[in-house]
Amino acid sequence: MGKITEQVDEVVIRFAGDSGDGMQLTGGRFTETTAIIGNDLSTLPDFPAEIRAPAGSLAGVSAFQIKFSSKDIHTPGDKPDVLVAMNPAALKVHQKEVAPGGTIICNANAFTLKNLKFAGYETNPLEDKTLDDYFTLYSVEMGKMVSLANEDLEISSKIIDRTKNFFALGLLFWIYDRPLESTKKWLGVKFAKKPEIVEANIRALDAGYNYGETTEIFTTRYKVDKADLPAGTYRNVVGNYALSMGLAAAAEKSKLGLFYGGYPITPASDILHTLSAWKHLGIKTFQAEDEIAGITSVLGAAFTGDLGITATSGPGIALKGEAMGLAVMAELPIVIINVQRGGPSTGLPTKTEQSDLMQAMYGRNGEAPVPVLASATPGDCFFAAYEACRIAVKYMTPVVLLTDGYLANGSEPWQVPKVDDLPDFDVSFADESNLADGQFLSYSRDKKTLARPWAIPGTPGLEHRIGGIETEDLTGNVSYDPDNHHYMVETRAKKVDAIANEIASSEIFGSKSGDLLILSWGGTKGACRSATEALKADGKKVGHLHLRWINPFPKDLGEKLIKFKNILIPEINYGQLIKLIRAEFLVDAQGLNQVRGKPISSADIQEASNKLIG
Amino acid sequence: MSETVKTYTKKDFTSDQAVRWCPGCGDYAILAQTQKVFPDLGVDKEKFVFISGIGCSSRFPYYMDTYGFHTIHGRAPAIASGVKLANPDLSVWVVTGDGDGLSIGGNHTIHLLRRNLDINVMLFNNRIYGLTKGQYSPTSEVGKITKSTPMGSLDRPFNPLTVALGAGSTFVSRTIDKELKHMQSMIKRSHAHKGTSFMEIYQNCNIFNDGAFSSQTDRDQKAETVLILENGQPMLFGNEMNKGVRLDGNKPVIVDIGDKWSVDDVLVHDESDYVIASILSNMSYQTDFPDPIGVLYAVESETYEETMVAQINEAIKKKPKGNVQEIINAGDTWVVK
Repeated sequence: MGKITEQVDEVVIRFAGDSGDGMQLTGGRFTETTAIIGNDLSTLPDFPAEIRAPAGSLAGVSAFQIKFSSKDIHTPGDKPDVLVAMNPAALKVHQKEVAPGGTIICNANAFTLKNLKFAGYETNPLEDKTLDDYFTLYSVEMGKMVSLANEDLEISSKIIDRTKNFFALGLLFWIYDRPLESTKKWLGVKFAKKPEIVEANIRALDAGYNYGETTEIFTTRYKVDKADLPAGTYRNVVGNYALSMGLAAAAEKSKLGLFYGGYPITPASDILHTLSAWKHLGIKTFQAEDEIAGITSVLGAAFTGDLGITATSGPGIALKGEAMGLAVMAELPIVIINVQRGGPSTGLPTKTEQSDLMQAMYGRNGEAPVPVLASATPGDCFFAAYEACRIAVKYMTPVVLLTDGYLANGSEPWQVPKVDDLPDFDVSFADESNLADGQFLSYSRDKKTLARPWAIPGTPGLEHRIGGIETEDLTGNVSYDPDNHHYMVETRAKKVDAIANEIASSEIFGSKSGDLLILSWGGTKGACRSATEALKADGKKVGHLHLRWINPFPKDLGEKLIKFKNILIPEINYGQLIKLIRAEFLVDAQGLNQVRGKPISSADIQEASNKLIG
Repeated sequence: MSETVKTYTKKDFTSDQAVRWCPGCGDYAILAQTQKVFPDLGVDKEKFVFISGIGCSSRFPYYMDTYGFHTIHGRAPAIASGVKLANPDLSVWVVTGDGDGLSIGGNHTIHLLRRNLDINVMLFNNRIYGLTKGQYSPTSEVGKITKSTPMGSLDRPFNPLTVALGAGSTFVSRTIDKELKHMQSMIKRSHAHKGTSFMEIYQNCNIFNDGAFSSQTDRDQKAETVLILENGQPMLFGNEMNKGVRLDGNKPVIVDIGDKWSVDDVLVHDESDYVIASILSNMSYQTDFPDPIGVLYAVESETYEETMVAQINEAIKKKPKGNVQEIINAGDTWVVK
């Protein structure tokens, strides 16, 4: 029989299954292959906080979404065109989000009476025709296929059953015309010590591919051409990994030692893991006894001349607050990374949110301003991390870098940067030439940056004491003088403001003035950009301005804002940037606020925009 | 340590800041002994770093003309760990108290001891909160009447040395603010120990808990109430040195040397014996026993920073000339023309 190949621009696929079904891994392999063949892509892992919720339960469903395209894309997509559901619970949770007319591929062998009941189905949706009017449904006996493919192997049926995710992957590779080689190679490395596992998974992968090729069920294959990306060398990169590379690049360029202190917390732990694996770069990682020791060890290292980094998520930041205040007072360069997750309290540990902006800005006792910047995409985490380190050292200040669960675990094709091309990062420690009449003034300042000298223990002649008690201007001695305190509060604020002198001016995509400005920060950039593109295509006078820096704001932000009749600020929180913008610029900005643990969709932004401008 | 160590006097370790403890505070004596001993330690002055938390004792760094960081309540051990790991060549000292180091910062103290970084901890124990004006501390006796416990404190105290031993400390010692020579020798022993040294100093707060250690410092009583430990020596004390600690099974008992017991029956101190150290630490605060001072326990073990540096060197040996560009370029890449 003949198979038709159809050309499409973009596809959104969601792999969903039980936590133990290996959906993140399946999605990851599909992503790597898709990257290699040159599509633009964006991914969104979505997994439960429980490591292994009861098998087959709704709570235990884990999913991975990828959008890939022949065009430049900015988001992992809103509604999936294809849902792969490995069990009834996965179908139940995700089916309602599939695009009308979309495709659903199910592992029929998992649709047992027990699993159906567990997922809350009274009848089998693969048989009761409830889905047939809305979707193209494929019921595939994946469990049975892998069992047949591997029946002569001497491994347990349980292990064989676990290869069914690779069957699904093989089938999707066939449908979207993707090669199997890189996955086979990867399996060989991953399970190098267990050749039988390699073999079983390769057979499952091939079986899935061949199933698409030979059965008459699947009549159409889809082709997504290479994306027209700027020339260069690309790789796929996950946010937390990009961020770790950015930190390592900052240490290498500055020739500072990198000291990372932290306590494991979702979704930031991968930064600790990644840096711990790079000991050959001389990176020191310290898994501290708690979040407080994480940041305070980093402060000690920064006092001693290392580039001090800690990363955590919201609850950890709450614990680190007092030490961040000490860093402000002691004027030591550290970078505090908050990979935001749903809050408050334990909240939604594995879901994304942007609700810690106010915490970053104001979550400390006293007047304790810190520079705050945010990554916009997974790949951007690299550059944001580098910038955070550079500013921390240049201005001798703690810096907060905000990312979020979506950026941390999401991925995108990334044009690999050259470390040599990164901005200069020169550091000089104070030495005896800093002595004035034999005295070392630990709180004297650089006229431009207002940074104090970095005088590290071990330097002869510069012995001095610092601390959390208010310090006297110049000498750094303890001071309770009222005028000195007022002056120092003002100076610490001015120092943060001074950073605005070197941050990039705000660039507007689309109309530079007109009916609507969409203003974003952090991980909502892609959805805002997509929405703006769509609105522009409709002939609307819309611009998009994305903020890298939230404290300080770019100097020209105010004048840019007033050129628009309306301002829309989409945020995954209950309205935080909007308060800062309204307070600072007295503009009547409107919010689009969703706190569902998921990225805001570009469709919702378009809808909110249309409501505003009609 | 560098070979061309400069010669110093006490003055070189005295900062220009006026000392602001209450007149009569035991902290003065500790500061003075530290400044006196430091010139003899054979370390370049710029390599000393003092880290403290919050409390009366934690003002200590301001008065030492070395590098110093007066930080936040309870966190000094963690900050000091960062200092030591950033530069293992430094001589790092933590000054803390019974509230700072055992209450709000108890977690950091035990984890520092367990990791065994080469850091020296001086814990001033006055069995009271001084800076906040007189509340009971984790070492205050049950029933103590303070501002926060008008009917007497309910908390059972713990013993800093028992805590330290339980946390896996490799060096545990005690001295008393009034025992100047003994304190000097303990400071030197702390410095000489490779690994975390834990030194408890009985320190009198003459404002909020005056006389907490009077029976151990009173001229007429102290021979009977204090047991001065010497490694390899029998545990003798008393006005005539005629009392000794004997083990009855696993239980320590006090015996009179004379007809029934001789010096040979008395327990001989062995700094490397954990069981003896445990027995000694538990004798504190008990009316029937003298309070032991000196080095209770000292054993050699690898330090955290040594093993950290060794791992890094091993990784570098396996992958020499590593750089970030290599990591950036790794993995599956493709070229867009």
